[in-house]
Amino acid sequence: MILELSHIYKDYPQGKLTVPVLKDVSLSVEEGDYIAIMGPSGSGKTTLMNVVGCLDVPTSGSYILAGKDIARQNDNQMAEIRNRYIGFVFQTFNLLPKLTAQDNVSLPLLYAGVSKRERRQKAAIALEKVGLADRMTFRPNQLSGGQCQRVAIARAIVGNPKILLADEPTGALDTKSGEQVMEIFQQLNDEGVTIVMITHEPDIARRAKKIYHIRDGILTGPVQ
Amino acid sequence: MFENISLAFQGIWSHKMRSILTMLGIIIGIAAIISIVSTIKGTNEQIKQNLIGAGNNAVTVQLYQGDEAYDYSWNAIPSGVPLLTEDTRTQLEALDEVELASYFNYRSYAENIYYLNTSFNGKVLGIDDKYFDVFGYYIQWGRNFLASDYEKFRKVVIIDHTAMSSLYPTGVNPIGTCIEIRGIPFTVVGVVDKKAAFEPVINSVEDYETYSQESSGEIYIPNASWCIPYQFDEPQSVVLKAVDTDSMTQAGNKAQDILNGLLSQSTRKKVSFKSEDLLKQAKNLQDLQTSTSQQLLWIASISLLVGGIGVMNIMLVSVTERTREIGLKKAIGAKKSRILWQFLTEAAVLTSLGGILGVVGGIVMARVISRLTTMPTAISVPAAAVAVLFSMAIGVIFGFFPAVKAANLNPIDALRHE
Ligand SMILES: Nc1ncnc2c1ncn2[C@@H]1O[C@H](COP(=O)(O)OP(=O)(O)OP(=O)(O)O)[C@@H](O)[C@H]1O
Ligand SMILES: [Mg+2]
Repeated sequence: MILELSHIYKDYPQGKLTVPVLKDVSLSVEEGDYIAIMGPSGSGKTTLMNVVGCLDVPTSGSYILAGKDIARQNDNQMAEIRNRYIGFVFQTFNLLPKLTAQDNVSLPLLYAGVSKRERRQKAAIALEKVGLADRMTFRPNQLSGGQCQRVAIARAIVGNPKILLADEPTGALDTKSGEQVMEIFQQLNDEGVTIVMITHEPDIARRAKKIYHIRDGILTGPVQ
Repeated sequence: MFENISLAFQGIWSHKMRSILTMLGIIIGIAAIISIVSTIKGTNEQIKQNLIGAGNNAVTVQLYQGDEAYDYSWNAIPSGVPLLTEDTRTQLEALDEVELASYFNYRSYAENIYYLNTSFNGKVLGIDDKYFDVFGYYIQWGRNFLASDYEKFRKVVIIDHTAMSSLYPTGVNPIGTCIEIRGIPFTVVGVVDKKAAFEPVINSVEDYETYSQESSGEIYIPNASWCIPYQFDEPQSVVLKAVDTDSMTQAGNKAQDILNGLLSQSTRKKVSFKSEDLLKQAKNLQDLQTSTSQQLLWIASISLLVGGIGVMNIMLVSVTERTREIGLKKAIGAKKSRILWQFLTEAAVLTSLGGILGVVGGIVMARVISRLTTMPTAISVPAAAVAVLFSMAIGVIFGFFPAVKAANLNPIDALRHE
C-alpha cells in the first residue's frame, strides 16, 4: 500500500458547533493505482484531498503514507513529505505569474535542494514529457489554459513523486485540452505513477482504474 | 540566499513606483543623517585645524599663575624661576614626542611700538634661532637673524605680513626702516612669510573671537636683545614642535613636568609651567558643536522610524497580495523558514537600496550645504557604511512581522484565497 487511510474523521469548527466533513473514511491505494473520486459539490472531496496531500491533518483516524504515520509529523517534516512523495495538480493551475514555464516547473526541486543546473535539466525533461519543449521560456500569461495545466503537471512530476494528486484537473479546461491532460495522466500511470484524481465529470472518471463516490463525507466504492 | 536577493530585486523592479515611495522615508532619513554627520565632521576637522594649525604641531609651554598665563606687562619677574638653559633644551628635545624646542619671550599686547606715527598693537616676541623652524615660517624678504645679531645684542627686528600691512599701509619697503620699541629704534631686517603655516578659516563672529589671537600680527627681535626694550632675566616660554598632531598633548605634558622640575616646591605654589593643550581645547569646541548637531540626528531618526513603519505596511500588503503564491510554495514543499527568509530578504533589500540612495542623496546634500553656507563638510566613509547597514537592519526589524505572518500562513487557506 502506498497510502492507507483508516477511519478518518475531519470536523471543522463553525462558531460553537463543529461541522463534520469527513465521516469514517477508509481508503487504500496501491502503488501504480489510478483512482477517481466523484461526488457532488460540498461533499468533502477537496477536504479529503487535503488530507491525502498532507496539507491538513485529520481530526481522528490514521493515515500512513509510504510507511510514515502522518499524524506524527511536524510542519517541516510535512513539507518535506509533500515535496518528495506528492505532486499536486490544481483546478486553477496555481502557476507563479512572474516565472517562466521552466522556472515554475523547477520550483519543487529548489525546495529539495537540487543544484541549479540539474533543476533546469530536469524541468526541461518534464516539460518535454507534457509536450511543451518549445514553450520553456514562456510565462503563464503567454500560455493557453490547457498549456498552463500541462506546465502544472510537469511541475507535479518533476521530482518523481510517488503519488499524483489532481483536484478537478480538467475543471477549467475545454474538452480538447481536458483530453490532452487525460492522455498525459494515462501515460504517467503506465510509467508507474500512482494517481488520485477528483472530478465530477463521469467521462473523466471513467479513465481511472477504480472509481469511488463521496457523499456528505461518506466514501463508497470502489467501482471497477 | 543569492537567489532570494535577485528575486527581491525583481520584485522591487516590477513595482518601481511603490518601491520608491516605500523607500522614501528611509532615503530622506539616511540622507539627512549623512549630511548632518558630514557637517559635524567637516566642522570638527576645521576646528582642529584652526586651533592646531596645519601640520606644524606646535605646543606652547609657559608660566601660569593660576589659570592665567603669567603676564610680565603687569607683574614683576616671579622669584625662584630660573632661566632656561641649553641643558634643559637637550632634555626636552630628547623626548620621543618632541622634534624641536625653542625659547622665547613675549608681550601679547605690545605698547609703544611705532613706525613714524603709526602704532602697532600686535604681539612682540624675543626669539631664539629655532623659533621660525618650529612654526615652519620662512623669510620672504630681507634676511633672518644672524649668529652675530644674538652675540652682539643687535637692535634688529623681523616682522610678519600682518604687521607689515598695519605699519606700512602705503607700501613702503620696510627693509632698512626703523621701528621704535618703547623708544628704542630697531632696524627691520626681514619680513617673515607664514603662508607655510595656517590661516584659520573664519566662518562666524564666534570663530573670529576664538581664533583672533593670530590676527593682529607679530614682530620678532632676537631674545638676546629682549632686555633692551624690556627687562633682564625674564623667564622664557617654550614652544615645542611635536613629531605629529596626536603626540601634542603628550609632548606638552612631559615638557611641563621637566620644566616644573626646575621650580622649588614653594615657587610651584605660586606659579608653574603649563602646556597649552590645543587638542583638548579643540575637543571641547568639537563637543559643543557636536552636541547641538546631535539633536538634529534625533529628528532624522524619526524619519527612519516612519520609513520603517512604511516598509512594514507595504510588506503586509505584499504578503496579502501573494497569499496564493505562498500557499502554493508551501504545498509543493517550501518550509516555513524559506518563506520567512524570502520576505525578510525582500524587506532588507528594499531598505538597503533606500539606504544607498539616501547616502548618495546625503552626500549631494552635504555638497550643496557647503556650497550655499560655506559651512565645511567632510564625508565620513564609516558613517556611510553604518547607514547602509542600519537601513538593512530596519528592513529586517520591520519586515519581521510580515515575514512571520507569511511563513505561518496555512497552505489550504492560502490556496483558497482569491
Ligand atoms: N475551513 C473550513 N471551515 C469550515 N468549513 C469548511 C472549511 N473547508 C471546507 N468546509 C466545509 O466542508 C465541506 C466540504 O468542502 P470541500 O471543499 O471539501 O467540498 P468539495 O467536495 O471539494 O466541493 P467542490 O466540488 O465545490 O469543490 C463544505 O460544506 C465546506 O463548507
Ligand atoms: Mg473542491
